[in-house]
Amino acid sequence: MAAEISHKQNFLKGIIKDNPVFVMLLGMCPTLGVTSSAFNGLGMGIATLFVLLMSNIVVSLVKSQIPSKVRIPAFIVIIASFVTIVEMVLEAFIPFLYEQLGIFIPLIVVNCLILGRAEAYASKKDVMSSIIDALGMGIGFTIALTLLGAVREILGSGSLFNFKMVSEDASTLILFILPPGAFIALAYLSVLFNKVSTKAN
Amino acid sequence: MEYILILITAVFVNNIVLSQFLGICPFLGVSNKVTTSVGMSGAVLFVMTIATLVTYLLHEFVLVPTGLDYLRTITFILVIAALVQMVEIMLKKVSPPLYQALGVFLPLITTNCAVLGVAILALGLESGNLLKAVFFAIANAIGFALALIVFASIREQLELADIPKGMKGVPINLLVAGLLSLAFLGFTGLV
Repeated sequence: MAAEISHKQNFLKGIIKDNPVFVMLLGMCPTLGVTSSAFNGLGMGIATLFVLLMSNIVVSLVKSQIPSKVRIPAFIVIIASFVTIVEMVLEAFIPFLYEQLGIFIPLIVVNCLILGRAEAYASKKDVMSSIIDALGMGIGFTIALTLLGAVREILGSGSLFNFKMVSEDASTLILFILPPGAFIALAYLSVLFNKVSTKAN
Repeated sequence: MEYILILITAVFVNNIVLSQFLGICPFLGVSNKVTTSVGMSGAVLFVMTIATLVTYLLHEFVLVPTGLDYLRTITFILVIAALVQMVEIMLKKVSPPLYQALGVFLPLITTNCAVLGVAILALGLESGNLLKAVFFAIANAIGFALALIVFASIREQLELADIPKGMKGVPINLLVAGLLSLAFLGFTGLV
């Protein structure tokens, strides 16, 4: 990066140019694991966005206090604290989503997207840029997960956000809500994304 | 008998990579050659077993008695990170050839969600005990190795295949993983 990029570009890069899921392939486990419906994808996206935003802020604030040798464990502790908060809040207030996301909530800790942004961005930049970076990346991640969830839900159960679009006894492509469907849907979505983003440039 | 069931479930029916989506990053990242995927599988087997052993004991004898159960995520990830470092240092001293083979993969394992995932899942086993938890970890590591090595073998062949331009790279790999996962779906109902 030669010149300082504007906040707007900084925000947009997370959504399109460096989209965490389609371009950088970060955080693939939750991307594939929880997107059997659009609602789950959105929930996971927002939970990750929150952790990413908070950890970027904290890392950016304390970056000068952390000796560089122990920075990775320190980042992990910061991230894990926020993940624990998310876990407790979800369990208390949205138990339905907590059940659905299951093991993938504690696993937000090892989502490489979050540690990656802490290491590559927040530990070098000021708080404001880190917030914008986190928002862009987090929203890019949320959009990708919701999109994948929506595609799988429409094909697999014929509904969107639990709103039925076909009659109760219509047969749907159940494959898409099963594990293989996650890989296949994401494969075609990333072809589409590459196509659209090269066209846009 | 119970242990055979755990083994078959973990390796085929609920394969950790292909049906539970844990450890996708190394699955896609280091699977371009069979030799590297064997190395990665070895490192995962090693770390996953030790990590589950330590975290299970820690959970059972420290976190639960002191009522600090909610600190599970933080404790586990720290233990795993420290453990990976320790294993690396010890291997370097004790067995240089093994270190040569596994060394480069060890740092990657800290953020391998399969390790943390299995450590957490092992706590929820039915009538679980330490032996069962460790066996569960080993079974899952074998499942991981199977998926990774099969996938790497297919990818080596893919290098030679004529693939449409838009599908090259990530999409075709995901598609192959999807088909592989479909094949493993056939094991449903086995147990």
